[in-house]
Amino acid sequence: MFSPRTRHVIGTVVALTATISLSACGNKDGEGSAAESCVDTSGDTIKLGFLNSTSGAMAISEQTVRDSLTLAAEEINADGGILGKEIEFVEEDGASDPAIFAEKIDKLLTSDCVAAVFGGWTSASRKAMLPVVEANNGLLFYPVQYEGLEASENIYYTGATTNQQIIPAMDFLASEGVETLFLAGSDYVFPRTANKIIKQYAADLGIEIVGEEYVPLDDDDWTTQVAKIVEADPDFVFNTINGSSNVGFIKAYYEQGLSPETSPIISVSIAEEEAPAMGKDVTGQYAAWNYFQSVESPANEVFINAFKERFGSDRPTSDPMEAAYTSLYLYKNLVEAADSFAVDDINESADGVSFDAPEGTVTIDGENHHIAKTGLIGRINSDNQFDIVWSSEEPIEPDPFLEGYDWWDPSAE
Amino acid sequence: MDSFTTPLLAGTATGALLLIAALGLALTFGQMGVINMAHGEFLMAGAYATYLTQQVVTNTDVSVLVALPVAFLVAGLLGLLLEVTVISWMYRRPLDTLLVTVGVGLVLQQLAKDVFGAQGDPVRTPGWLEGNIDVFGYHWPYRQMFTIVLALMALTALAALLKYSSFGRQIRATVQNRDLAETVGIRTRTVDRITFFVGSGLAGIGGVAVSLISGTNPRLGTAYIISAFLVVVAGGLGQLKGTVIAAFAVGIATSFFADWTSASMAQVATFALVVVFLQVRPQGLFVVRSRGLA
Repeated sequence: MFSPRTRHVIGTVVALTATISLSACGNKDGEGSAAESCVDTSGDTIKLGFLNSTSGAMAISEQTVRDSLTLAAEEINADGGILGKEIEFVEEDGASDPAIFAEKIDKLLTSDCVAAVFGGWTSASRKAMLPVVEANNGLLFYPVQYEGLEASENIYYTGATTNQQIIPAMDFLASEGVETLFLAGSDYVFPRTANKIIKQYAADLGIEIVGEEYVPLDDDDWTTQVAKIVEADPDFVFNTINGSSNVGFIKAYYEQGLSPETSPIISVSIAEEEAPAMGKDVTGQYAAWNYFQSVESPANEVFINAFKERFGSDRPTSDPMEAAYTSLYLYKNLVEAADSFAVDDINESADGVSFDAPEGTVTIDGENHHIAKTGLIGRINSDNQFDIVWSSEEPIEPDPFLEGYDWWDPSAE
Repeated sequence: MDSFTTPLLAGTATGALLLIAALGLALTFGQMGVINMAHGEFLMAGAYATYLTQQVVTNTDVSVLVALPVAFLVAGLLGLLLEVTVISWMYRRPLDTLLVTVGVGLVLQQLAKDVFGAQGDPVRTPGWLEGNIDVFGYHWPYRQMFTIVLALMALTALAALLKYSSFGRQIRATVQNRDLAETVGIRTRTVDRITFFVGSGLAGIGGVAVSLISGTNPRLGTAYIISAFLVVVAGGLGQLKGTVIAAFAVGIATSFFADWTSASMAQVATFALVVVFLQVRPQGLFVVRSRGLA
């Protein structure tokens, strides 16, 4: 009854699905735009662009960044603005789509004429914005830890690069006497790059990698892979899984009898916001970041109180939020050090510009535009907050290409 | 031994989940010829129904059992709504149905995001599903056994309904020859609606099982919809036997491929396997001998 016709339809289903997934990868760049700046610095206000996803899959994370940017702008304005000019911020929605990020940053730079843009979260969104911001000689402040191996004249990276998060996590594991390690990650660029670094550093530290498993981002069933962890019985599990897939991983992990007593997990994407959403009590598991809400500093106390007062007492503060908050203050200090809003002047005097951030004092490296940050390891307590159990003591100089590490061989597999 | 038992048992559980998702499709796609791309979102609706039930029935040991009929009803009513408002207008236009239901699926996803947030909500596992049993070195979670039992129960109920009840006979009559069924007094429009209700409701049951794996999130259905269609097509349209065999075959094969290679490669390998199979046997595992003229 359905045969020939239905088979034809099935073919169409497959073709349609393929088309939908392919069209999502369509790229767009801003080549050919005028590099002449149209920023207006004559009035008593200065325009800045906030470009975060307020719709789509990333909205839940990026909205928290938008909130802390808004808080920082309001604080700076209340305190007299930047070089006496009040911040007027233009808000745009990246819609969790790299192509839209590229389009919107082009609009912000060329038609709104903002002096700098703050935002982006996924590496895909940053990579999409990079050619546009370079072609327009604009400025982008990117607030999320990422996989490194990048340094643009037109981007300031206020989240951690790998030698400030991944490498401190490995140093912590070595100090704990860990001998065997299992790697579990989502199948995309960040976990693959992070694990490449982890494997090479582990060889140098004498830690044996007893397994390495990846599951696609949209796949939540980790049962088969967790069975391999049970079999390998590692001292620790290094978790580079992103997003909702973490929930499936954590559930399967406890279901098969693993626990912090047997094989604890150290994560690089579970923070204050995510810990309560796992559907399991994750007390005793670890995370590597550069900021926890539990950091004790006068600046952090001010930040937490101001944030809760502005957005509600139930809202936690997390690493990317703090990095975004810090990025706006760093921009203020950059402009004031250069006494100019012009990108070339800012870059000229960027080296050594610092800010007493909630995470501690951070300093810009003028060479690679990253900032020196302290590496922290936290252990989750029963309030879903992190007890800080290890710290790098000093802020770690950013080294996005890992040039200072002789065990690193980018060409090795 | 565990390099064999692990993928076998884990794969059986994956297959069971695919079976629940595919049973509903076997009804709506296989029996009625409607391509409902929003079927995955009915799974998602079932997962959110589980989450909401847990907010009301706070005793976790009971709430999952209460969630089963709730999820069935919620997803079933959504399906009924879709049938009445959209699909009934395009019964002889399968391609239009396909496009429209893709859109409906996207709308439902965005709706879930707006109502529940994009992050997803945790679903607590009941105490009696915590833990595992050691089978030749594989710590087989009770949750996976529960999924298999659930799938077999759904299958038995559906098969009995189709085979022994008068409503089941009406469905089969309508599928085999709609015009003739009408002439003997079967109200085929009512049959269509109830069929769609039951098929969508089964997706809701699947949603309960999925929520125990990963909690809820708005995109939860998209991971299962393609595999579920694959199962129905490979099994052969219009009957359940093929769907059952295909579901477990796809589940177990994916698990073995994942064990030998990686989870990403396993998806590719399973797809390739089914494509090759359909080249050899385009009609699927089993074919229904129909008296229809079409």
